[in-house]
Amino acid sequence: MSDYAIEMLNITKVFPGIIANDDITIRLKKATIHALLGENGAGKSTLMSVLFGLYTPEKGIIKVNGKDVKIKDPLDANAYGIGMVHQHFKLVHNFTVVQNILLGVEPTKHGILYFKDAREKIIFLSEKYKLRIEPDAYIEDITVGMQQRVEILKMLYRDNDIMIFDEPTAVLTPQEIEELMVIMKELKNEGKSILFISHKLDEIKSAADECSVLRRGKYIGTVDVKNTTKEQLSEMMVGRPVELKVEKTEAKPEETVLEVKNLVVKAEHKSKNAINDISLNVRKGEIVCIAGIDGNGQQELISGITGLMPIVSGEIILNGQDVTHKSIRYKNTHGLSHIPEDRHRDGLVLDYDLQKNLVLQEYFQNPFSFKNFLHHREILNYSNKLICEFDIRSGEGSFTKARSMSGGNQQKAIIAREISKKPELLIAVQPTRGLDVGAIEYIHHRIVEERDKGTAILLVSLELDEVMNLSDRILVIFEGEIVGEFDPKKVTINELGLYMAGSKKQIKEVEV
Amino acid sequence: MKKKHLDISGFLSSILAIIIGLAVGFIILLICNKNQAIPGFQTIITGAITHGQKGIGQVFYYATPLILCGLAVGFAFKTGLFNIGASGQFTMGAFGATLIGICIKNLGQVHWIVALLVAIIFGAIWGSIPGILKAFFNVNEVISAIMLNYVGMYLVNWIVGSWKIGGKQVLFNSLRNESYNVSQSAIIPKWGLDKLFPGSSANSGIIIAIIVVILIYLLLEKTTFGFELKAVGYNKHAGKYAGINEKKNIILAMLISGAIAGLAGGLVFLSGTGRHIEIVDVVADEGFTGISVALLGLSNPFGVLLAGLFIAYLQSGGFYLQLFSFSTEIIDIIVAVIIYFSAFALIVRLFIMRIHQKNENKEKKLNKSDKKRGVE
Repeated sequence: MSDYAIEMLNITKVFPGIIANDDITIRLKKATIHALLGENGAGKSTLMSVLFGLYTPEKGIIKVNGKDVKIKDPLDANAYGIGMVHQHFKLVHNFTVVQNILLGVEPTKHGILYFKDAREKIIFLSEKYKLRIEPDAYIEDITVGMQQRVEILKMLYRDNDIMIFDEPTAVLTPQEIEELMVIMKELKNEGKSILFISHKLDEIKSAADECSVLRRGKYIGTVDVKNTTKEQLSEMMVGRPVELKVEKTEAKPEETVLEVKNLVVKAEHKSKNAINDISLNVRKGEIVCIAGIDGNGQQELISGITGLMPIVSGEIILNGQDVTHKSIRYKNTHGLSHIPEDRHRDGLVLDYDLQKNLVLQEYFQNPFSFKNFLHHREILNYSNKLICEFDIRSGEGSFTKARSMSGGNQQKAIIAREISKKPELLIAVQPTRGLDVGAIEYIHHRIVEERDKGTAILLVSLELDEVMNLSDRILVIFEGEIVGEFDPKKVTINELGLYMAGSKKQIKEVEV
Repeated sequence: MKKKHLDISGFLSSILAIIIGLAVGFIILLICNKNQAIPGFQTIITGAITHGQKGIGQVFYYATPLILCGLAVGFAFKTGLFNIGASGQFTMGAFGATLIGICIKNLGQVHWIVALLVAIIFGAIWGSIPGILKAFFNVNEVISAIMLNYVGMYLVNWIVGSWKIGGKQVLFNSLRNESYNVSQSAIIPKWGLDKLFPGSSANSGIIIAIIVVILIYLLLEKTTFGFELKAVGYNKHAGKYAGINEKKNIILAMLISGAIAGLAGGLVFLSGTGRHIEIVDVVADEGFTGISVALLGLSNPFGVLLAGLFIAYLQSGGFYLQLFSFSTEIIDIIVAVIIYFSAFALIVRLFIMRIHQKNENKEKKLNKSDKKRGVE
């Protein structure tokens, strides 16, 4: 028998215009955890799709347990004992946990569904692997962590020996991540082989035995995780040494720029409040970060402040002026800049060229227009200046359609536009989402620079590393309420996690 | 440089769509009457010019409402709205112009201008209703505009047919079963076009249409208002984020679109060529042809101008098909088929762009492999 559970040898997969996988070889040893590391667009997902039979590679051989196999579709993969936990879970929300696990392999007795024995097997498995679940709860009622355990049980129920985890920690709290690491090690000890896709170095260090690195579709190498430092791993991933820490000096906060008092915002299409009585303030020259798990009201909080969503009650004070009922345009032109979460949906008009996008909020002002007529030459000059200053790269400069620019450069364009307005308050929502390490480094740098110039910065981030790295003050949001305020130097990631998950809460000081 | 390239792909696609349309039209001619198919087809292509200045004048006359309705629909497209209600707005404009043309006297020189302004206002009102409904109640403009086509038609029929003062019909000539003739002073001037194209119905309408095309082009490309309209049209979320008043934009866009269609109605019914309001349950087809014109012209004002002229050219060419004993219904079918396929211009454009992309990728790959070889 072979030592390897899976061998993918010399895999090449070409898409029109891009070689997604260029001669990649990875070997997963039996009963080990093998990490696959790479930036967005490095080819990790393509490689896994090849393994799962979703794509046919142009070249290369796949071996499972030493035997050549042809995997044509996910059912084949399943037949060879390969299972996968997708980044976005594939669960039916109005089915129970047991129903979801049995979906596709429903046991019957005399042609009629019969779940009793299967349910017992599921409970047995969950106890054996310490995967806490509530078998009869509906998916929509259980936590994300438990949903993930359901996905793992799905693989165990189908006797899969080879498990693929695709960025499994993206949606989890630090505590849940730790728990998952323990579960993965437990599975390894039971003889399962695990392929673990991630771009988070800490997790790879703590769980994986070996790590293969991909960069821009190319195979860089496989290393023994124990004998490799995080810095070495990140250098392999990016191709050059990267500063993992942002250099910044102590904040010198001055007077308050933004003050939010007792803000209440209703959730879209729902009757309950997404933001419940939040008060906060941001001062000149500091970075205040809203930390929390996705969907706890971050979006509504920002939309309420910027005016994109109506508010139920509360007050918003910008620079000492009550702007609660002012229009979006008024706020835009009175010191507020906003880097939105979804750059395609909100931040850019993708069918406009770059120069028009760079004046998206200022086109009606001098010098970009005069008496309702646009000044195309002024717009072009301004755009060329920003392109230079912010190093925005694109095919045709100012005339490039925003749609055809890369994500990193689109984000740079938005940041250029928002920072060049010389704001007094900069709201940045997940400014580095989906970007590679190089672009993240640049954006972090710019944000700190803005702070040092005296801008008040309100940052929303889901990445705890970013929160710890950038902020001068951390506010944790949970279910639409601020449950704690912290100094990043005096708090651990674990402590933050407890607040983010709602298991701890600071008691509000009552003002007298 | 690249920008030019894109424009060419748009133009090419329209041409290709026209060629496909003509080919299918030819096949239908073949099916109907094998022997006369080739001369018949020639007539469609060249009919309008073989009849000299009169023929060309007729093309301009037919093109006027098509250009304006196409512009109304195309303008709305540019702002992200589908104004399928151009027919209703056209009808309301026609009604407004007829009303002023018949009922108001003693306006002298400015009579026709007042009548056209009322046509524009009526069209604008009819266009802004779906706009208001969409802005404030999120009602899909396609549905409300379609319904308003019928409401407009029946409303006009009812008013024209039953409005009596002192037992006497105000607008309706029951002898001829249509609305009365408008006053001579309400008929739009010829501006010398009758001398340029003797024997034709050409009048200042085509010049007004061209002026409106230029105005709309300037509005869309050169003004802050156009910038806002298009920004909201392409991405309403980003428009809102940029502080643009989205509701105001939707209403104004529909209002302008309706005004253009209303103007088209006014120009046709004040041309003094025998168009009258008849009480028949048919929605004006100019508005629907306008959709084809807008698609063929890729919603670009100058594209719409060319597309409107082209379709009018086909229609007046088709008229002479009768010489080859094709029935008038067949002519309508053939012209409709050509228009129909022309409307595929957008799909053809996608197709062209895909081919173009593939070629570019191939080039890139070749370049890459060349470089690799170079390195080796």
